[in-house]
Amino acid sequence: MNSTVSASVADTHLAPKEGRFEQFWQVLRENSLAIAGLAIFMVFFCVALLGLVLTSGPEPVFDPALVRLQEKLRPPFSSPHIGSLQPEEIPTLGIYLLGTDDLGRDVFARMLQGAWVSLTVGFVAVGISVLIGVFMGSMAGYFGQYRIIDTLIMRIVDIMLCFPSFFLILTVVALLPASIYNIMIVIGLTSWMGTARFVRAEFLSLREQDFVIAATALGVGHFRIIFRHMLPNAVAPVLVSATIGIATAILTEAGLSFLGFGVPPPHATWGNVLSDGKAFIFDAPWLTFIPGFTILIVVLSFNLFGEGLRDALNPKLRGRR
Amino acid sequence: MLSFIGRSLIQKTITLFFVSVVSFLIIHLAPGEPSQVDPLNPKFTPEMVERFQKAFHLDRALHVQYLYFYRDFFTGKTVSWKDNQSVVVKIWERFLNSLPLFIVGTIITWTLSFPVGIRAAIFRGGLYDRSTTFFSYLLISIPGFFFAYILIIFVVNHFHVPVIGMETFGLGEASWWHVVMDRVWHLLLPSVLGATGGIAVLSRYVRSQMLEVEGQDYIRTARAKGLSPDQVHYKHALRNALLPFVTMFGLILPGLIGGSVIIESIFSWPGMGRMAYEAILARDYPVILTVNFISAVLVLAGTFVSDLLYLVVDPRIRL
Repeated sequence: MNSTVSASVADTHLAPKEGRFEQFWQVLRENSLAIAGLAIFMVFFCVALLGLVLTSGPEPVFDPALVRLQEKLRPPFSSPHIGSLQPEEIPTLGIYLLGTDDLGRDVFARMLQGAWVSLTVGFVAVGISVLIGVFMGSMAGYFGQYRIIDTLIMRIVDIMLCFPSFFLILTVVALLPASIYNIMIVIGLTSWMGTARFVRAEFLSLREQDFVIAATALGVGHFRIIFRHMLPNAVAPVLVSATIGIATAILTEAGLSFLGFGVPPPHATWGNVLSDGKAFIFDAPWLTFIPGFTILIVVLSFNLFGEGLRDALNPKLRGRR
Repeated sequence: MLSFIGRSLIQKTITLFFVSVVSFLIIHLAPGEPSQVDPLNPKFTPEMVERFQKAFHLDRALHVQYLYFYRDFFTGKTVSWKDNQSVVVKIWERFLNSLPLFIVGTIITWTLSFPVGIRAAIFRGGLYDRSTTFFSYLLISIPGFFFAYILIIFVVNHFHVPVIGMETFGLGEASWWHVVMDRVWHLLLPSVLGATGGIAVLSRYVRSQMLEVEGQDYIRTARAKGLSPDQVHYKHALRNALLPFVTMFGLILPGLIGGSVIIESIFSWPGMGRMAYEAILARDYPVILTVNFISAVLVLAGTFVSDLLYLVVDPRIRL
């Protein structure tokens, strides 16, 4: 009751005509590249979910691990030789949509399975790095008046930045037992420094603002101020860097798979489909080009959407229309 | 000035110490030992494992191992566990191989990025600007190994030249011109690949710097007093926009040793990156640690140099 009254009062007198989200959407909509990125990202998300459903379980609809040696290196859109296959070996769609690889496995099924891997690696790794980065950055920024906390955290950031990142990831992944979770965790643990730096910078300026002083004067606790009052105001750059971070994580995972340190076989990822196909690059170029272009398009869509997000969340650009 | 140098030297030494501790811990806390690399090898008897452990102090406590390792490191006596060669010599050889890649890649990056970025800024919003923007996103997003294969197919099919390795094997009696061109072809692809990401990022950065300067009041003044557009763009705007890039000379230092692992593996280029990769595969800890340490030194030296350059070129900064 009380809240509806105050909301209607706010509507009539105080609130701007457009909400924050509408303003944001107005700016984003003008950026056709970013919208294209968002659309591709949504398609990719659905395909990855579908891929998880259709390729897992004891009797998957598309079996990515089914070997048909008599059908190896068939080009895309070729129909199988029905006579030489067992009934359960016939591909679900009736044709090899994206061809087969050197063991006669259906590339379409493998790409579907790999989509889910790329998606989870991207999101989990970035989730870890954002959590650490936001925590470290907000601690350093909020408790900036105690030199010791700030200095300690920023020195840790400096130390982490000294490691060549791909080399460090490669070392750790090679020394640890091969598993998809290790890759996510290692990528996450080695990529939080950028987030920590700009969250700290944001917090240093937010801390001086009136609403924080007001909250402190009301006796609100430190952690409530940090996470309820200040963090929502510092979230824009985090979102942007997270979007671009997902693109980087997908590329890193593909690179690791390519070098043979990625997700262990028989699980298919885009990186190891490409890496398996590189030996047949002149005989079966689709084994290189299909995963290569898929990675390129997905990573590109994340980068474009991230840049569009940066513009749309930038308050300086918002008033320009 | 002197106190700034002193303070940052002390700070960087402390950082370096922690880097050395952390990298040592990462390597030694991981499961598996170097002596277990090949458990099926019949030549690797338990006595040999024991001798191996004794020779490299692997039977001692972790902090003692650390002290031994860095004592050897600073006296230059570290040897590779794989072939007993001196690590310094090994790295120096590989470094000389990676150096041409780095130099050519850097030259390509810096000579291409500036014209592209400046032109994009001057014709802001035009077709050229939008297409270079899209193209640079494309270059950032393309997986290096995939791009490498596209380029290899293209060059091999159209120019019929071999590109894998550092030179074609067995060119003994060929003319010197042939040998030189062979070297150039082998060098070109990996350096172009090494430069792609750099071109994309740097040209965007040049563009945004240029745009920022072009929005300043003194540029409007220069236009208002009737200077030609060329003079406004290249004399007034560009000189001020260049300032931050002077400091970037320091930041390219780490690239000296970074040498891309993936690109060097694809092209069978015997450089630093590939050596590091082989060392990881063989669990050759001294090599891994040394590469790590040197690259940390280069990162720290790079930031130090860029701070100093900033002091020198920008009179507004006083400490």
